[in-house]
Amino acid sequence: MGQESDSPVEEQPPPLPPRPHASSVSSAVDPKAFQAQATTAITSLDIQTLSFPDGTRGTFSTHSRSTSTPIGSGYTSPNPPRPSSSGAEGDDAASIMSFAPTMRPAGDIASLLTSSLSKKSAAWNLLKAQAANAQPFEKHYRSADDRLANFEKEFDALPDETNEYFKDDERLAIWRSKLKQYMVLSSAGKPIWSRHGDLNLINSSIGVVQTIISFYEGSKNPLQGFTAGNTRFVVLTQGPLYFVAISKLGESDSQLRVQLEALYMQILSTLTLPSLTNIFANRPSTDLRKPLQGTEALLSSLADSFTKGSPSALLSSLECLKLRKSQRHTINNTFLKSRADKLLYGLIVAGGKLVSVIRPRRHSLHPSDLQLIFNMLFESEGIKAGGGENWIPLCLPAFNNKGYLYMYVSFFEGVSGEQATAPAAAVGQPVGEEIAMILISADREAFFSLKQMRDDVAQQLAKNGSLAIIRDAARAGRPSMAQIAPGSPICHFLFKSRANVQFCMSNLEPAFSHPVKRRRLMTVYHELHASTHAKNAHLKILQCVSDDSTSLAWLTPAFELYCIGGPNLSRAAMAQGANKIMQWIKREENRLFIIGGGVF
Amino acid sequence: MAEAPKPSSSVKLVLLGEAAVGKSSLVLRFVNNDFQENKEPTIGAAFLTQKCNLPTRTIKFEIWDTAGQERFASLAPMYYRNAQAALVVYDITKPTSLVKARHWVAELQRQASPGIVIALVGNKLDLAGESQSTSDEGEGEDGGDARKVSTEEAQAYAEEESLLFFETSAKTGHNVTEVFTAIANAIPETSLKSARGSGAAGTANRAGEEQRVNLSGPRDAGAKDGCAC
Repeated sequence: MGQESDSPVEEQPPPLPPRPHASSVSSAVDPKAFQAQATTAITSLDIQTLSFPDGTRGTFSTHSRSTSTPIGSGYTSPNPPRPSSSGAEGDDAASIMSFAPTMRPAGDIASLLTSSLSKKSAAWNLLKAQAANAQPFEKHYRSADDRLANFEKEFDALPDETNEYFKDDERLAIWRSKLKQYMVLSSAGKPIWSRHGDLNLINSSIGVVQTIISFYEGSKNPLQGFTAGNTRFVVLTQGPLYFVAISKLGESDSQLRVQLEALYMQILSTLTLPSLTNIFANRPSTDLRKPLQGTEALLSSLADSFTKGSPSALLSSLECLKLRKSQRHTINNTFLKSRADKLLYGLIVAGGKLVSVIRPRRHSLHPSDLQLIFNMLFESEGIKAGGGENWIPLCLPAFNNKGYLYMYVSFFEGVSGEQATAPAAAVGQPVGEEIAMILISADREAFFSLKQMRDDVAQQLAKNGSLAIIRDAARAGRPSMAQIAPGSPICHFLFKSRANVQFCMSNLEPAFSHPVKRRRLMTVYHELHASTHAKNAHLKILQCVSDDSTSLAWLTPAFELYCIGGPNLSRAAMAQGANKIMQWIKREENRLFIIGGGVF
Repeated sequence: MAEAPKPSSSVKLVLLGEAAVGKSSLVLRFVNNDFQENKEPTIGAAFLTQKCNLPTRTIKFEIWDTAGQERFASLAPMYYRNAQAALVVYDITKPTSLVKARHWVAELQRQASPGIVIALVGNKLDLAGESQSTSDEGEGEDGGDARKVSTEEAQAYAEEESLLFFETSAKTGHNVTEVFTAIANAIPETSLKSARGSGAAGTANRAGEEQRVNLSGPRDAGAKDGCAC
């Protein structure tokens, strides 16, 4: 190699003095590799001007005024990986622009770039003109490098053994193409549950996983996770059980671990910790599938909600139905007035959103327990489809992982709430509008007294109009960005109130109603969350600029706010939007969140 | 028929049987005249009511549809205690489910109220070729006769234990209301009278139950036509 490449160098002197030999290197490597990509910027400079914990109107830096002018909007990043643009100069300019807002005050950039902007192609000018109203995730994704290209097939079942058109290796190929896998196995290597693929098909893969885990386990250095290509494996060991999450969706380890914890909680909720421990203490090789029979659907619906992207799981918090304070007060009081003696917790839930909760003074409900209940009621079909009233023994692991509680569940039917029993209550109602009453007792014989309580409460709620109010609120759905911050370029936000362990967000319709768009949105939120919650990150504000969106995370001891806008948003516009959202939340706080709840 | 109030009484009925034999589907067919393919398993137990009009009286079934999984077995006594009727269900394509059904019958005879009316029900008759008119040949080869438990065998066992016996299909609705009507007819008049006052356990839930019966009387009048029998 040396001779051939050296000789031309000797014959012709290098064109530029500073890089005589580097030229041979750079010619071998794609020059684009050295160019900057759109980047994640930490913008600490403007933080102080943004933070208004009390939600009062703040003062903004004057740069925000320039956002409406075309020049101002031009300094945000364009779409870097444009396959058509081969010119190195053009790409370099783009990378300067993507860096620019993070390096220097915006005003300077505007003047700096005016000249270069005018040289852009007609197409670029057209794009620039639309920049302000661009929506996130509207760029054209090339299927080859888009990891969500097959997301729509993610939840399809694998063809089963009886299907003659598929051979085993073809079914394995489909199995491998899934973006997200979860596996539960015993430390003895017995498969317990897996989200995709029947256990016979993937038995050998489970064997490999068990071998890898136990190898590290043996050397007293438990395996936490590893990466293969673009796939992350995360391992959680809980007593005799191994949980494995395999994700191509780019979640962080701790986020995946939270998801695995939730699966473990579901197993505990079915069996309780002592009985799980007993089973394996007596016979380590036990096949846990038998005792868990019937729980598969719950595990799968949990897993699927994580794969779709669950704000509730991400933030470990709950969402409430937005109601006027006085209305919620009436509901709480109605609920409290008819309380049965045996009652431990009482909940009214509409479409997975908490309407009212009553609880003893000493006990509060843990979000992870409620997540299990909501998953059982609203994500899986087992209870809704059966109709009637249900009496369900379950363990709420965060409350007490040693014993069972008994849960009475009844879905409301009809506005009147008149029905004595609710045959096939929620069938046919759109998801999100089903209203359920959940009454939890420690007494397994309490069914009829709780049923009586439910009938009384339902009658009262129907009489004082609360039921209709709940129904209307559930039907109205989440507020849209146009209602919250009119004119703001922000398309969606997610807000967690840390004190109340509750979250709220704006309507996913229409921009994010498609599952793929929704997943892209959730991926951005997951990335923001991961960066701001990383071990040594003491970030207060994080703005991410990518070629398909601009996003912002804002964390204080009181709240976490995540929001997203189109790809070409200026930092000032994001900040202004975020402040508008905060003002709205402050104003609506008593409606968005259950503060205190009914206590007895 | 509604103007002359017939004597009405409630009957506590419990469904028992192995997982996935179709207990919930039978109830769903009886109560809502509906069927769901691939229904997810019941968790714990579901409580439903449905009325059944007989020529001389109205029976209001209070149905406990229990989950079939082994881990819920310890809760079963709570549901069959004081029950006047029980439906023990097996799957005619699965011999082990009949074994399980026999266990349930034995347990009921040992532990439940002495006068309990037990019906043995072989479900999923639609999977058996002979009695159903299968529409095309294609499914006839494989799904034509998946039956593994013969009618004679189950019938003989039912007679031996003096159980009511039916083969049903919750999917097609075949024989489903007949089972419940037969049970309603088989409940002795005396047991209906004593059902309210006996108060065998005298527990709090019994009181609740009585109240509930009183409350729901007038309200349910409108829904009378819902029952097919």
